[in-house]
Amino acid sequence: MNFFLLSLIKAVVVAAVLVTTLAYLQWVERKVIAHIQVRMGPSRVGPHGLLQPLADVIKLITKEDLIPPYVNKFLYLAAPFFAITMALLSISVIPFGSEIHVPGGTTWMQLADLNIGILFVLAVSSVSVYGIALAGWASNNKYALLGGLRSSAQMISYELPLSMAVAAPLLLANSLSLRHIVEGQAGYYLGFIPRWSIFQTPMPQIFSFIIFLIAAFAETNRVPFDLPEAENELVAGFHTEYSSMKFAAFFMAEYSNMITVCAITTTLFLGGWLPLWPASAGSNYVPAIVFLLAGAISLYHGLNPARRLDRLTLPVVALVFFVIAAVFLIPVLKEALLPLFWFAAKTGALLFLFIWIRGTLPRFRYDQLMAFAWKFMFPMAVLNLLVTGLLVALFS
Amino acid sequence: MDVILFLIFAAIAVVCGFNVVVQSHPIASAISLIGVMGSLAVLYLLLGAEFLAAAQVIVYAGAIMVLFVFVIMLLNAGAEIRKGRALLAQVLGIPLLFTFLGLMAYFARNMFPGAADVRFGGFQHGTAADVGRALFTQYLLPFEVVSVLILIAILGAVVLAQKEME
Repeated sequence: MNFFLLSLIKAVVVAAVLVTTLAYLQWVERKVIAHIQVRMGPSRVGPHGLLQPLADVIKLITKEDLIPPYVNKFLYLAAPFFAITMALLSISVIPFGSEIHVPGGTTWMQLADLNIGILFVLAVSSVSVYGIALAGWASNNKYALLGGLRSSAQMISYELPLSMAVAAPLLLANSLSLRHIVEGQAGYYLGFIPRWSIFQTPMPQIFSFIIFLIAAFAETNRVPFDLPEAENELVAGFHTEYSSMKFAAFFMAEYSNMITVCAITTTLFLGGWLPLWPASAGSNYVPAIVFLLAGAISLYHGLNPARRLDRLTLPVVALVFFVIAAVFLIPVLKEALLPLFWFAAKTGALLFLFIWIRGTLPRFRYDQLMAFAWKFMFPMAVLNLLVTGLLVALFS
Repeated sequence: MDVILFLIFAAIAVVCGFNVVVQSHPIASAISLIGVMGSLAVLYLLLGAEFLAAAQVIVYAGAIMVLFVFVIMLLNAGAEIRKGRALLAQVLGIPLLFTFLGLMAYFARNMFPGAADVRFGGFQHGTAADVGRALFTQYLLPFEVVSVLILIAILGAVVLAQKEME
């Protein structure tokens, strides 16, 4: 198959999966937060509220599209467009899996392997602040402006520890290409401890991982760093004046950034698509077992229903899980699906962490946020980088 | 393909550069400047200097211009008002500009005769590893001197800001 056609297919698949994940991530978030707070969460549209994202999209598209008369029209319209473009861009360099066979050759489960891959991600993330900053300014509203200002100050500040935390595992990997970074993490110590960056000798990157994760929360404007849209102080922050799909664009950008950042964390620190333990110890059967267990639990609850509707819906869910489990056992598809499973599992776990923290922690105060970035995170990141550099120079 | 991309982005760079001067509102000027930085990064990429392109976007478009925009937003600077211009500037401005550009082109051509051989992707030492090696071996002293200079500038800024607060 020729390069152009293959790239086009891959781009379409990645875009479709990303957008679907975006929509359902929001459903997952609402459900998880609801259960943390002992509520039901969305449950009206479709079984277990599964069609809620669709309903939301229809609602947002059909809402009246207001443009206030006092805004700077060009920038007001350009800002959400810019935000969503930048948010969707960096997914293109992330490797989702290893090389697979397609009709007429092999291909990588990645859109583009740049040899400055991680720098590309940093570049896109450093430019993406304009979407929020300009939205705040162009709205000509004091709350929006304050939100935009806070966001730019916060994102510039946290970009420093973020970049420093990225640099440390790069010293171990000795490459900027995301594909090579993952390949450098292949293998196991003592046969069972994976050589992921967070465990790798001579300097396990666990500190770097934690710093990166905290900075990532700030970069994506998530709780506890969501000061740009702190609703008890700023109404809705930078998107106060936005309605309809323009508001949805900011929403999608935020969730897309979250997915990207989790995928990058997986790639840099958690060994990308590599399994948790070697295939010789049976890691190939993990996905099938996980989905089988999920199916069995759903079936059990379907047979002992807590609600009347569960008798119908849960067996169907169980059947879906059983089919997925069976698919993971087909030898032809294994090559492509197993790396994808491990990648999705790690990214999904991180996304769950994002949601979990949103349900747990309160928001920072603004001066605490800045002091934390400059007086704690940045020195720690520099220290970590120096120690890593020294150990790498001494031992490898 | 390379030539087409070069023409597109060179044109964007020139138009944005022109826009920086023409626009009366500081935010519009700043955004045009971001356009210039971005298209310059693409031109570096076309030459094969990928690390420089990434650094251009991260440092100039990402960090420095964000600070510019931030300051403009914070000061809430309004559109500037055109005042009447000196007769000399009105009459001689454009001709002098073209004379200057012509002179620059002339000197560039005469002083760097090899520059005519620049080809797309012809620059072979643009990877991060090459740039790093050059910075820490051949250009170590200038590199360190520049970093000390920047450090001094930062210290100066801190001292100045301190005085304001008292």
